[in-house]
Amino acid sequence: MATLVKSQKACTVNPLKMSQPVGGALAFMGLRGCMPLFHGSQGCTSFGLVLFVRHFREAIPLQTTAMSEVATVLGGIDNVEQAILNIVKRTKPEIIGICSTGVTEIKGDDVDGFLRVIRAKHPELDGIGLVYVSTPDFKDAFQDGWAKTVTTLIEQIAESGPSARPDPRRVNVLPGSHITPGDIDELRCVFEDFGLDPVFLPDLSGSLDGHIPDDFTPTTLGGIGLDEIRSLNEAAWTVAIGEQMRPCALALEEKTGVPYILFDRLTGLGPCDELMSFLSGASGLPVPQKYRRQRSQLVDAMLDGHFFFGGKKVAIGAEPDLLWALGSFFVEMGATLAAAVTTTGSFRLEALPIDEILIGDLEDLERRAEGCDLLVTHSHGRQAAERLGIPHFRAGLPIFDRLGAGHQVSVGYRGTRDLVFQVGNLLMAAEHQATPETWRTNPTPDIEVLDPVMTDYVTKETP
Amino acid sequence: MSSLAGNIQEAFQEPGCEKNQGKSDKERKKGCTKQLQPGAAAGGCAFDGAKIALQPFTDVAHLVHGPIACEGNSWDNRGALSSGSQLYRTSFTTDMNENDVVFGGEKKLFKAIREIVEKQAPPAVFVYQTCVPAMIGDDIEAVCKAATAKFGTPVIPVNSPGFVGPKNLGNKLASAALLEHVIGTREPEFTTPYDINIIGEYNLAGELWQVKPLLDELGIRILSCISGDARYNEVAASHRARANMMVCSKAMISVARKMEERYQIPFFEGSFYGIGDMSDSLRQISKLLVDRGAPSDLLERTERVVAREEAKAWAAIADYKARLQGKKVLLITGGVKSWSVVAALQEGGMEVVGTSTKKSTAEDKERIKELMGDDAHMFDDLTPREMYRKLRDAEADIMLSGGRTQFVALKAKMPWLDINQERHHAYAGYVGMVALVREIDKSLSSPVWEEVRRSAPWEQANTIPFARVA
Repeated sequence: MATLVKSQKACTVNPLKMSQPVGGALAFMGLRGCMPLFHGSQGCTSFGLVLFVRHFREAIPLQTTAMSEVATVLGGIDNVEQAILNIVKRTKPEIIGICSTGVTEIKGDDVDGFLRVIRAKHPELDGIGLVYVSTPDFKDAFQDGWAKTVTTLIEQIAESGPSARPDPRRVNVLPGSHITPGDIDELRCVFEDFGLDPVFLPDLSGSLDGHIPDDFTPTTLGGIGLDEIRSLNEAAWTVAIGEQMRPCALALEEKTGVPYILFDRLTGLGPCDELMSFLSGASGLPVPQKYRRQRSQLVDAMLDGHFFFGGKKVAIGAEPDLLWALGSFFVEMGATLAAAVTTTGSFRLEALPIDEILIGDLEDLERRAEGCDLLVTHSHGRQAAERLGIPHFRAGLPIFDRLGAGHQVSVGYRGTRDLVFQVGNLLMAAEHQATPETWRTNPTPDIEVLDPVMTDYVTKETP
Repeated sequence: MSSLAGNIQEAFQEPGCEKNQGKSDKERKKGCTKQLQPGAAAGGCAFDGAKIALQPFTDVAHLVHGPIACEGNSWDNRGALSSGSQLYRTSFTTDMNENDVVFGGEKKLFKAIREIVEKQAPPAVFVYQTCVPAMIGDDIEAVCKAATAKFGTPVIPVNSPGFVGPKNLGNKLASAALLEHVIGTREPEFTTPYDINIIGEYNLAGELWQVKPLLDELGIRILSCISGDARYNEVAASHRARANMMVCSKAMISVARKMEERYQIPFFEGSFYGIGDMSDSLRQISKLLVDRGAPSDLLERTERVVAREEAKAWAAIADYKARLQGKKVLLITGGVKSWSVVAALQEGGMEVVGTSTKKSTAEDKERIKELMGDDAHMFDDLTPREMYRKLRDAEADIMLSGGRTQFVALKAKMPWLDINQERHHAYAGYVGMVALVREIDKSLSSPVWEEVRRSAPWEQANTIPFARVA
């Protein structure tokens, strides 16, 4: 059982963590016709934008209130107002999702108050969603910003109370920030195969899955629509993925009465079995043949793969829910979790079989990964992996030095099977062949060679 | 002791810039770039600009004082290369939390500097101020001063919090930090009549190394490059150079101008992009050195190298010119590169159908006009929607821009080439220009365009070919 410990360094070296507002912005990017907006200096937006562009290799809608020093001191209501009006004029969004940043939080801008004033002043904005989430940079981390945004969307947009038109086939799905667009596609397919109708909040599979839209779209290319968020109360179930989504699921249950089930992960045989049981129960249908085969394939992959995982020491740096999913996966495959670093607190992590989990940075991870066989973290771990001389499996965000980050799938039987192959191949490629020195424990004997040619060796007589 | 406000006002007073001198006092106070428009702004902040200008110092520890956003969201994202130390690629930040905000971050900053000096023993630590500590009044200059005294390592404050302005201002504030704390603080081991500084070159993708072999051949020594592949001690001793070349348009002009004022080092503004510009730059360097007393045979030797390299480059480009003749290029980039790249593309036979001049100075624009003639299509603010339309309607064959706008081209299924700071290819000097033309050709002639423009079977009007029932 693990203890969560906070790093005591004054200087963070090679950060693992990213800030809350970018997590919030990413959640907003799973909404259709959305323009996320940072209330802060323009650099906050610019850095977030470049971060996502490098990861998804997609155009990223993200705007800024462009707070100057003076505006920051005087308060930013004019900037928020102008930003909203400009965005509406230029991009015609269905919703603008506003995240605060460090400076505007320190000033104490009451953005909810601003929005009331702006609404009253501009009736033309009626019908356009304006949602504000408080996400100071100096508190919490990426996954917290994501979850807070989802909670806020539920609290502000979903209709309260049970729906007049409940739909027994409809399921709300609340994926954590570690669930990729590819994961969502996979899950949608699984739910639909049970005759269910899943609605994902947020839905990055519509917006950041990398597709070619018919025309230029300055806002998000797709995602969950406002109408779908409003009607979350029609669903029979809410499925939350990742511990980070529990508050969101609770808020939804409280508001709409839709009961929730939380899967702390969907990577691995056990959790996928639980998902199948749930889907079978919720739909009243037996598990389709397709998934029986997929399960069997996963079991076979685990058998083939366990040779390469067994006894391997793995160091993982990831946000809590991804660390939980991957850490559990490695342990189930026979590897040892030798080092674990995360970004923010989560009680779920206490169940990981490792003495200590550090809330720290990649320097901490690199130090703890000494002697490990595999480094698992986002692309910023590449320098550490190089110095350590061990393979690096890229997981999390950002992944900027590999293609297809958005389509990396690690949920479901099939996703887990492919994960076994991907990681197993890395480990297989790093296996060292034995040399004559591999098993030698005593020093190499010093043999004095007198005559290297030794042509007259046979004729020499021993005395 | 200089204040941030003072530095900003000083950055807005630039005797080396004609445009700046042509303004009234009131206009000048507003700075060089337009006021940012909330909801319609793109681009980095002053901190970003300062970091871009200084991060290429390879052996320095770059410490960002602020909450995680400023460094955590952005580190290791540029391609400035190093021939030695890799320390500049290690990220350091104080990662300020709520407590630091309430109680002040100065002590944490001091401790962070101590940790860095103890672990890394760098020749210097650069401390970058950001918005949050600036707001709560953390005095990084005082902390840096105390740390320098305590640890015996120069700790340089870079006071350029994001909210004071755009990237361009950050370049200038970084220059101010160098002038105040770094340049002239050491002496070089030896000097030669052939010593130069190159200012405003960041060695992206190794571009400095496309130029350096020619300078080496001429016996010209780069005493320091500010700040591509730079070492702290070299820049600290850069005041003993005989001549300065200023590369990056106006971003670091104050460094060149102040070095002229303080140390009588003459400078010229040049570019390594484009064959003609490259030759001019070599000639100018030689001329300035000879004017300062270097043996005059340098001029002839330079001409020989120029003639040889130009012939080689032209011959290489000629192979492509036939294929590229008349191809239309849309060039979306910052101020630096607009005019220098325009010239280069024209050398390759291409036609520049439009260029953005958002970050360009009046002088930059003048040069573009000279190059492109009266029908120059300059756009101050081309919206992505308009870029998309131009590409889709085939008003341009290829777009050259930074990574942020790449998808505008790609989603229109049009060729695109990265010419910004995140790019992976080096385009400087004679070899670089050949490389740029080669890359454009590679992109334009890729079979992928024809492939991706195929219509899907269900979009085709004819009947289903395999239907078996009538």
